[in-house]
Amino acid sequence: MTLEYRSDGVSAISILHHSTLQEPDFYSMEILIYGTVNSIIFALIALGFTLVYGVSRVPNFAHGSIYVLVGFLTWSFVNNSGFPYALAVIFSLVVAAILGFLIYRIVLIRLRGMATSEIIASFAVSLIILEGLRMQGIAGFKGFIGPFYTLKPFIEGKINLLGVFVDYQRLIIIGVGVGMVILLSLFTHHTKTGLSLRAIAQDEQAAMMLGVNSDRMAEIAMSIGSALAGLAAVLILPLGSITAEVGYRVLIYALAVCIIGGLGSWGGAILAAFVIGFAMKISTALFGALWESVVLVGTIILILLFKPSGLLGKQKELEERV
Amino acid sequence: MVAKTRRKKRLERSIKVRCEGLYALSSWSEIAYLMAPRVLLILGLLVIPFYVDMYWQRVLCSAGIYALLALSFDFLAAYVGLVCLGGALFIGIGGYIAGLLNHYFHLSPFVTIPIATIVGAAISTLVLIPCLRLRGIYFAIVSFMLPLFAVYIIIALNVFGGTEGISALDTFPSISLELYLILAAVLAALFAIRRLVNEDMGIILRGVKDNDQAVRASGISITAYKIRAVFMAALLGCFGGAYLGHLYGWLGISLFAMDFSILPIAATVMGGMGSLVGPVLGAFILTPMSEALRGFGQLRVVLYCLILIAFMVYKPEGIMNILQRKYHQFEKWEEV
Amino acid sequence: MAESPILEVTELSKFFGGVQAIMNVSFALAPGQILGIIGPNGSGKTTLVNLISGFVKPDKGSVFFKGRNITALQPHKIANLGLTRTFQVMRPYHSLSAFKNLIVPLNSPRVKRSSAGKLGDIDAVAIDILEEVGFERDARVPYKTAGSLPLGYLKRLELGRCIALKPEVIICDEVFSGLSMSEITSLIPLLERLRMEGITLMMIEHRLRELFRLSDRVVVLAFGRKIAEGTPDEVMNNRTVKEAYLGTETKV
Repeated sequence: MTLEYRSDGVSAISILHHSTLQEPDFYSMEILIYGTVNSIIFALIALGFTLVYGVSRVPNFAHGSIYVLVGFLTWSFVNNSGFPYALAVIFSLVVAAILGFLIYRIVLIRLRGMATSEIIASFAVSLIILEGLRMQGIAGFKGFIGPFYTLKPFIEGKINLLGVFVDYQRLIIIGVGVGMVILLSLFTHHTKTGLSLRAIAQDEQAAMMLGVNSDRMAEIAMSIGSALAGLAAVLILPLGSITAEVGYRVLIYALAVCIIGGLGSWGGAILAAFVIGFAMKISTALFGALWESVVLVGTIILILLFKPSGLLGKQKELEERV
Repeated sequence: MVAKTRRKKRLERSIKVRCEGLYALSSWSEIAYLMAPRVLLILGLLVIPFYVDMYWQRVLCSAGIYALLALSFDFLAAYVGLVCLGGALFIGIGGYIAGLLNHYFHLSPFVTIPIATIVGAAISTLVLIPCLRLRGIYFAIVSFMLPLFAVYIIIALNVFGGTEGISALDTFPSISLELYLILAAVLAALFAIRRLVNEDMGIILRGVKDNDQAVRASGISITAYKIRAVFMAALLGCFGGAYLGHLYGWLGISLFAMDFSILPIAATVMGGMGSLVGPVLGAFILTPMSEALRGFGQLRVVLYCLILIAFMVYKPEGIMNILQRKYHQFEKWEEV
Repeated sequence: MAESPILEVTELSKFFGGVQAIMNVSFALAPGQILGIIGPNGSGKTTLVNLISGFVKPDKGSVFFKGRNITALQPHKIANLGLTRTFQVMRPYHSLSAFKNLIVPLNSPRVKRSSAGKLGDIDAVAIDILEEVGFERDARVPYKTAGSLPLGYLKRLELGRCIALKPEVIICDEVFSGLSMSEITSLIPLLERLRMEGITLMMIEHRLRELFRLSDRVVVLAFGRKIAEGTPDEVMNNRTVKEAYLGTETKV
């Protein structure tokens, strides 16, 4: 088989792993803090995907691959090119944004409106990136294989927060995550580009008549979405190692969050991120880490059964309107 | 700029013009005209195995599995409007059922494969039923996630051999048997589905794809028909899975691998969506090609994804539809 | 009305978000009648059709068909009881040829039950129905894919799809819209024939002149409410109706 699943990882969710504390007094506090961290990780992962889908109705299945690519690029810039860390991060994010733009410009623009073709094509792009990273022996390229590639945390060390040890990286994730949501909502509500993006998201035809270029907006959305994926990567990847498999997992998480929250709904995505984040954290605390994925699947199935359009999603019942 | 004085004009052959799909055959040449491509396909599939060595015969076997999957993908996508990106789910469920029956109850492959095909299809359908209410991209996304979830759950619960899988299952007694079993299955499935889509049931399914609301207004339950369609597609996939399990004598989480979801889609896009023959053809082209590139590791995935994208962007109608057009039409130059 | 109504709608309400699409609408349909429903754009006519045919579930109120409460039933169950509808936005099964479009309703449980398996050649039945709604039999039209047919044929096909079900009530959602005058005049005899055959029609329409000529009673909707009901003459002279269509008179 070409796409082997990792058989060494007992849990499917190694990126969320951390050392659990055994002291029962701080149990609920730990759930609260780590649940919040996990939720914000989910939200960060899904934000780029939901932005792109919300604006341009493009399901960007290359999301996870861009996430991983940014991780490897940052690693390469630091370790091979000797860039300072901050510069490496900025460079990688710029590359991600350009890549997002190119994916739309070269491939997706020709498939507009055919949602399933967009899925298949963007997933093919994703496979090209992820499997390309694992490719060996072409022009001396060794391929990124194995758990040797890790990013440094921004700030090393831990802090005792209300009796629970939390490393600074996770606090940074919370800070940046909340900051990003605020920043994005400011951007979409108060800048010209942001307002155009929202206009396209609400009514493409009307927006086009008012002079908003829908392809241009989709390009911008893909760039921002890819950069967001990259930002999530540089924040979250220091918690684990960088492998191509992470890309598939991130895509699945992004999809899961969006399906539960309702495709294209920001509020829904954030709400869903918290639902999954806490559901998984609580189940881990009660039954052990193995059950995380079962809880994730269970949540999705429950949503599909009782509210197929997602928590805050609106799926039209009928094409015809009043 | 040079004025063009000639242009190519494309005309339908007369036999095709007379009536869409209904032919009044009046001569041997017309019969031969219609039969030739079909006979060529069947003979091709049956004869090629004689001319290749054992290794490539094995490759043809797995090409057959991908062909079944491609067929089931094409049937669901082009005739029912359900884009199921989770072909691996069928393979996995079929393979696990056959393998477990063989491992725990020591049933022979000739018993486990039929059971796994039918029971597996029923289970796959049950799993997909909650998703059938979803439309378009929602269904695609959820079906894409299902096989991966199956893997997560098998690993998490550590059932059915967990991450290791179960090996030393019974295999087929001879290579020619396994080869002709899958080829016969592919041909039977191909002709059965071609037949089906023009029967009343197929017409209703195509109606569901074009306009599900009108089908409901015509007094027909779309869910009931979608369930039947999914069951039929799952039959093909589960057969492939059960067969695969016995082909390699092994079951494991790789049965849910994304390869089984992606390669059939690439084959379908390349062969031509909706042509049914095209996906089969595509599978028999892509699988050996990807096998030939095995030495290059991940390059083959990269390559078949590039082919996939190239076809989607530049030749969205696919090989088969182009060939069909060339066969049924003739071109001539005419003065402008 | 001496006869009990075949279709009765009581206090139907539907909100979309905060918008009242339909508000407390009640009316009844006697067998064999043609009921016209008119109203300005956005008055909730199509929502009303969706509510009655089961495609959208009301927030309040009920729909009775032949005395049976069908409010909670699925659309295909309602169709099988004998109440079917056309769609305003014409979307035939465009990849299928015209006569194959009719194979779909001919396979419904209702048709199978009523014909008790004696339908004979289902394709021939489909062609017969197409002829009934005005497709030329000898020409190739029935064999052309529906996607390539002009709008006039599509409207007929849509009616044919309903007739194939052998329904008791057909709700026509703007069958005249988009048609030329001559096409409309050729469609009217068909509708009159349907009524002669005992099919009750409920017609949602923009074209008032033709509708008033055809219908026995007319219900007027505005902003989701019923503002008038009566014979065409009564409605035509109704002051509220004029205001709804033309706006309130203002003294200068």
